[in-house]
Amino acid sequence: MKPTDTANPEYYHKVVDCQYACPAHTPVPEYIRLIAAGRYDDAYMLNWESNVFPGVLGRTCDRPCEPACRRGRVEDEPVAICRLKRAAADNKDDTAVAAAMPKIPKKKNGKRIALIGGGPASLTVARDLMPLGYEIDLYDDQPAGGGFMRSQIPSFRLPHEVLDQEVNYITDMGVTTHYNHYVDSLKRVLDDGYDAVFVGTGAPRGRDLKIPGREEADANIHLGINWLSSVAFEHTSRIGKKVIVLGGGNTAMDCCRTSLRLGADDVKVVVRSPRKDMKASPWEIEDSEREGVEMYENHTPKEFIVENGKLVGMRFELVRAEYDENGKRSLIPTGEPDVIMDCDDVCIAVGQDNAFPWIERDLGMEFGKWDMPVVDDVTFQSTLPKVFFGGDAAFGPENVITAVAHGHQAAISIDLFVRGKKVAERPAPGTNLVSQKMGIHEWSYDSPVVNDVRYVVPHEDVGKSIKDRKLEVELGFDVATALNEARRCLNCDAQTVFEEVKCIECDACVDICPTDCLTFTENGKEEELRQRLSAPANNADQAILVSDKLPTQRVMVKDENVCLHCGLCAERCPTAAWDMQKFTYHVTKAGQ
Amino acid sequence: MTYIRPEFRHPELPTNDLGYTKQNYEGSISTLCAGCGHDSISGAIVQAIFEMSIPPHNIAKMSGIGCSSKTPTYFLGNSHGFNSVHGRMPSVATGANMANRDLIYVGVSGDGDSASIGMGQFAHAVRRNLNMMYIVMNNGCYGLTKGQDSATADVGSKSKKGIPNPFEAIDLAAVALQLGATFVARSFSGDKKQLVPLIKAAIAHRGFAFIDVLSPCVTFNNNPGSTKGYEYVRDHLAATNTVDFVPMREEITACYPNQTSEEVTLHDGSVVHLCKMDDKLNVHSRQSALNMMQEYKDDGRILTGLLYMDPDSQELHENIDSAKKPLRGLTESDLCPGSKVLDNINESLR
Repeated sequence: MKPTDTANPEYYHKVVDCQYACPAHTPVPEYIRLIAAGRYDDAYMLNWESNVFPGVLGRTCDRPCEPACRRGRVEDEPVAICRLKRAAADNKDDTAVAAAMPKIPKKKNGKRIALIGGGPASLTVARDLMPLGYEIDLYDDQPAGGGFMRSQIPSFRLPHEVLDQEVNYITDMGVTTHYNHYVDSLKRVLDDGYDAVFVGTGAPRGRDLKIPGREEADANIHLGINWLSSVAFEHTSRIGKKVIVLGGGNTAMDCCRTSLRLGADDVKVVVRSPRKDMKASPWEIEDSEREGVEMYENHTPKEFIVENGKLVGMRFELVRAEYDENGKRSLIPTGEPDVIMDCDDVCIAVGQDNAFPWIERDLGMEFGKWDMPVVDDVTFQSTLPKVFFGGDAAFGPENVITAVAHGHQAAISIDLFVRGKKVAERPAPGTNLVSQKMGIHEWSYDSPVVNDVRYVVPHEDVGKSIKDRKLEVELGFDVATALNEARRCLNCDAQTVFEEVKCIECDACVDICPTDCLTFTENGKEEELRQRLSAPANNADQAILVSDKLPTQRVMVKDENVCLHCGLCAERCPTAAWDMQKFTYHVTKAGQ
Repeated sequence: MTYIRPEFRHPELPTNDLGYTKQNYEGSISTLCAGCGHDSISGAIVQAIFEMSIPPHNIAKMSGIGCSSKTPTYFLGNSHGFNSVHGRMPSVATGANMANRDLIYVGVSGDGDSASIGMGQFAHAVRRNLNMMYIVMNNGCYGLTKGQDSATADVGSKSKKGIPNPFEAIDLAAVALQLGATFVARSFSGDKKQLVPLIKAAIAHRGFAFIDVLSPCVTFNNNPGSTKGYEYVRDHLAATNTVDFVPMREEITACYPNQTSEEVTLHDGSVVHLCKMDDKLNVHSRQSALNMMQEYKDDGRILTGLLYMDPDSQELHENIDSAKKPLRGLTESDLCPGSKVLDNINESLR
C-alpha cells in the first residue's frame, strides 16, 4: 500500500467517528471535554456554531454519531453524546451565551434573501447570513418559528421554552418574520426582487392509507403529522379511549405517546413489517413501551371496520417477511385468520411526502422523480439559479441535524451566488493538528480510559408524565452524571501521529498497545496486509494507516478500528515518533 | 497525567487451546524506560507462552536484581514468581526446581546479574543442567545505576558517556556452551519473529536452555559507537537459522528454497524446525557452534538463532535420580519408609 496521506483533512476526520457521522460534523470530543471541564457556555457555543439547535438536538436528535461511536466497538454501548449535548444546553449561563452571539452589522450589504418555511434549514441559513449583513425575510404558515420542530415534536420531548430560546437566538438577529403567512406562489416571491430565495418547507404531506372503510370512518382517522400539529397548536385536546397507530417510525411513536396524554388508555402501534425493520429510533420505541404502548408486528391493515357510521375497529392480515438475495423484503400472508382490533381512533403515520403546489411549473425550474425539484446535492441550488433548497424540502424526509447541515451549505452557496462567485467552488474545511504533550506522562487531555458503562438518563414518573402533555419525560443528566458520562469519551480527536524518521523500531508501541492496533511488518496489498497484523483488521469501514518505509524496509501499520486513543504508544515511544495531536475539523461557513 | 493501561482489549483477540487470550498472560504495566528492549522480550515471553497454551499457574518466574530482573512483574501476572537477591537467581531456581519439578521455570537475568555478581551461580546452574529456561536480557551496561559498562560490553564499545570500554567482553553464550549447556541460542529483542519460537523451543527443551538476548538500553547505551544499540545490532545481525517450534501433530511450514531444512524432535514429540541460512553450523556440535560464533565475531557480525541443542539431554533430576514428584506431594509413608528399611540400610553399611 502507498503511505497514508494524513495531510488529507478527511483522513483524521474519519478517525473521529462521531464527528464524521454527524451531518453537520459537530466537533463532538471537543465539546464533551468542555462539558467535563464544566465549561458549559463554551460547549454550548461550540455546538451552536455547528448545529444551531443544541438544546433541541440534545433532546431529539436522531444521533447518527452514537452508532458510529468507537466506544460501541470496544464495549457494549456508545457514549451518550446526544444527552451530553443537552447537559451543555441545560447548564449554560443564558446571559453569557447571549453575549457570545455573533454581532449583526448595522449597515446591511444591500442584499435581500427570502426564506420560505421557518424550520431548522431556513433558520440555519438565516444564522449564517445575518452576521454577513444580509436582510432576510422569513415566511411560515405557522404562528411561530421552528417548523416541524414545533409542530411535530411533542412538548413532552421538547419543551416550548427550549425551542423558543433557540429560534429566538436567530430571529433576534433581525430577521423579518412573516408568520401565519402561507406562501402560495414562488413567482410572487421572485417578483418581489429578492437576490436569492431559500426553500425549507419540509415534507408536509402525510401519506394516507386507501383501504375499505377509510372514507366512512374519516371522522376518527387522523393523519399523523397533521394531528400532531393540531395538538401542538392546541386545536385538538382529546382522542378516544382505544387508539391504533399505524406505522413504525418516530412520528408513530410521537402519535402513540401523545394519544396517551390526550385521554387514551389502550394504545397499540401496529406495523406491517417485522419489529426489527421499524424505522423509529430504538430509544423512542423503548420510551413508548415504558408508557404502556403495545407493539404489533407483521400486521398488514386490510379494513377500517365501521358500524352505524362510526369507526369501531380494524382488520389486519398476518404476514411474514421474506428477503431475497439483494435484501429486498416482501411480506407474505401467513394464511392465519385475520386479526380484528377494536378502536375508537386511528392515527396513520406511514410516511410523509414533499409537496410543492405553490411552485409554478412555468418558472423554468426543473422537476424530476416523484415531482421533486432537481437540486444539486452539494450546492443545494435548483435549476433556477436564484432558488436554493434545503432540509426535507430538498431530498425528502430526513431529520433536524441533516436540515441544519443543508442550511449551512445552502448559505455558502447563496453568499457565493449573490457575490457573483461560482457556487461549485466550495471552501475547504478548516483543520489543525497540535501536539497534546505537556510533560512526562502528561497530556492535555484526560487520556486514561475509564471502564464506566453508559449512564442512564433519569425519566419522570410514568404515571405523572402521561397526565400532562407538556411535562418533559426525560430529565437530563445532572452535573455529576454528565461528568462521569463525559469521561467515557475516548477523545478520538487526539490523533496518533507517526513520524517515520524518528522511529527506531524498538517495538515499544506494539508491545504496549492494549488493543493490538500496531504492527511492524512488510508492506503488501491492503486486503492481505489487513490479515497479518497483530490482530486482524476485519472492519473494512475503518482505515489502516500505513507509514513510509522504515530502515528495516518494513512499515508501521495502524488499524484505526479499536484504537482507544489512550496515548500509551506515544508514552512508550523513546523518540517521540508517535505523538498525540489534537485534530480540529471545522466545516467552513458562509463568509469565512 | 497518569500511566494506566486501559482494560479494554481488541474484541477479536484469538484464544489458545485453554480458551485464554493473551491478556491472561500479561503482567502489570512496565515502569522501565520507554523503548527498553526488555519490554519487547517480556512481550515475546507473553506471546510464546500464550501460543503454547501453558496454564499460567504452571509457571514460576525467577529473577535476581536489575532492570532485567524487574521484568517478571510485567509478564505472566497469573504465574508464580520469586525475585531473589542480586546474582542469586540460579541457586533459588535450583532450590525451587528441586522442591517442585512439575513447574516450568522461566529465569530472567541481566548481564550484570549473570556475568558479574552472579557469574559463579550461573556457571553451576549450567553445569548441573537444571531444567529451566534462562534468558539474559543483555544490554552491555548497568542501566539501573546509570549506564556503567557491564562485563558483556564489547572492547571499544562506547556508552552514552563516550569512553570506549577497555576490557574484554564475556560472551555468555560461549561460556554456557563450554560449561555444558544443552540448549544455547542468541537473539535480539527487536526480532520477535525469531525470538518467540526460540522461547517456545527453550521451554519445551528438557534441561538448561539458555538464550542470550541483545536488548538495547535506550537511555544509556543506544548511542553511536555502542555495539549494543538498536541500529548497530540491526546492521550487524546475522541469523544462522530461523527456528520454528512445532507442537506435536502440527504441519511444518516449508523453508525458502535457498535454505536447508532440519528437524529436531524433542522428548515430548514436538519438533524444532530449522531453516538454515548458513549450512556450516551443526546445531548438534558444541565445537561447530563455538567456531561459528568466533568466525562471525571476527567478521564484526553477531550470530543469532539456535546455536546448539542436545534433544536427548539428561536434566538434573534424572542425573541425581531424585523424587519423581514434587516434594509437597510426598506422603509420610514416602518420606518415612519404616524401621525395617532403616535396618536394611544400616545392615548394608556394616
